[in-house]
Amino acid sequence: MKILVITEQREGQWNRASFETIAAAQQAAAATGATITAIVAGKGVGALAKELAGYKLAEVVTVEHDLLEKYTPDGYTLALKQAVADVKPDFVFFPHTYQVRDFAPKLAASLGKGMIADCVALRHENGKLVFVRQMFQGKTAADVVFQGEAPWFASFQAGCFRGDQAETGSGAAVRAITVDLKPEQIRTKPLDLFREAKQAVDLTQAPIIVAIGRGIKEPGNIPMAEKLAVAIGGEIAASRPICDEGWLPMERQIGSSGQTVAPKLYMAIGISGAIQHVVGMKGSRTIVAINKDANAPIFEVADYGIVGDLFEIVPALTEELAKK
Amino acid sequence: MKIVVCVKQVPAKDAPLAIPEGAAWIKETDIGFELNEPDGYALEEALRLKEKHGGEVVALSLGPERSKQAIKEALAKGAERGLHISDDKFYELDPLGSAKCLAAAIDREKPDLVLTGLQSDDHGFGQTGVLLAELLGLPHATIIMSIEALEGHLKLKRELEAGWFQWVELPLPAVLSIQSGINKPRYATLKGIMAAKKKEIATLTRAGLGVTSAPTQRIERIYIPKKTKKTELLTGTAKEAAAKLVEKLKHEARVL
Repeated sequence: MKILVITEQREGQWNRASFETIAAAQQAAAATGATITAIVAGKGVGALAKELAGYKLAEVVTVEHDLLEKYTPDGYTLALKQAVADVKPDFVFFPHTYQVRDFAPKLAASLGKGMIADCVALRHENGKLVFVRQMFQGKTAADVVFQGEAPWFASFQAGCFRGDQAETGSGAAVRAITVDLKPEQIRTKPLDLFREAKQAVDLTQAPIIVAIGRGIKEPGNIPMAEKLAVAIGGEIAASRPICDEGWLPMERQIGSSGQTVAPKLYMAIGISGAIQHVVGMKGSRTIVAINKDANAPIFEVADYGIVGDLFEIVPALTEELAKK
Repeated sequence: MKIVVCVKQVPAKDAPLAIPEGAAWIKETDIGFELNEPDGYALEEALRLKEKHGGEVVALSLGPERSKQAIKEALAKGAERGLHISDDKFYELDPLGSAKCLAAAIDREKPDLVLTGLQSDDHGFGQTGVLLAELLGLPHATIIMSIEALEGHLKLKRELEAGWFQWVELPLPAVLSIQSGINKPRYATLKGIMAAKKKEIATLTRAGLGVTSAPTQRIERIYIPKKTKKTELLTGTAKEAAAKLVEKLKHEARVL
């Protein structure tokens, strides 16, 4: 059995989730006896391939082409389709990044295959791999298995495997696969990468964060949470829906599309705890959750929890903190 | 510009979910349903493009009879027509199977643009838009934060990770997955709701569309996830719980 890991880099910089996927593949390989091939695609990826070869892998493959220097879904799909045909894997694993979301289902479908995306864990059971993913915004988990013929495609949510614990090895062989790509096959034209205006707050440096979610109900209630933030000496932050509504600026968003933080204290107020939010804060030292729903997934990562009405609890907390 | 927007109806956000033992889908009785929130942003974007450039918005949904409500909401907000792929066993379809049904319906319409939300709040596959592009042979882009329609092509702002964005251009026809937060979705007006009653919703079926697809994956079961961390729950009145929490944060966790 063979697992192919598609790593991700941009302009010579790793997306660190690549190593988490290597760790996932190593876990699957330990259970099944599979060998692992890792691919790095792009242009001028020699140094990255060398770094990959230091991991416990059977083989490292480079896929280089001028047309892969900038990411396009067409370019990556066409190139990796040729690489999959060459490597002939049973499984193809990806980190579940925005880039992977953009092309991996297309790559799988171009081969008539399916993809189990956004997995948070895997198990080996009755001779097959079972992929665990979340549904209903994290309220339920699902065990999913592949059907039909290989190759089978899967991506892994950030933070579910320890990239820093991916096993190193004695030096995997590196080889290059040549792919055929023509400019006219690439229909999208990638232009500049840019960042919005410089961020005024750096939440990653805040020792205490008070984060609010949908439970806050309306913008008029935000000052109540801000008062708590002031009383506890923290920064105010939010889950995505609050920033989508424009109730707090995007720079205060925590989660996979916002900032990843690990303060000493994180208070999640009226946040249900969808995986997209949890990946951005689960490294926090102490997590407090206040939510009316005792089954909210946020309680899975919380050290302390209060199940109840945040509109009563938050002012009570502010008052308690003012006492000293 | 003719735009097909894919909309899904999903359990309401605060719906209590019951899962029959060993089942791969929830018990649907006794819960409310609503338009999948990410699809609301795609719908709004479709309506704005139509209002600016002219044309037609067609709302397409796959699901049981109840999903017509999502189409009706789109019609009430300003879509011209609805297409409902009626399927009581929609939850047995894998991402590729659902996309094949939607693609077959879209292919007949020959739209200039297909819009989807980023993901559904129920299955959360997050693959539909990208799969539609492959099945329809169209270019695509995902996680779109702004759309500028130019002569025969689009200029798009894509959101990348960690605060980065990218401009991309692509020719029409195309498929776009819209990022949540791109716009402020409108509410349906009473006039819109009345007008929607006269609008057409065509009913299609998987068999009628000629879609057969062997599933590539199967959900064995869904379940409430096990807790990985022991949460200490603080109880009492709001005041009591607050006092206990401050005490714990000061003297046990020592973070204050």
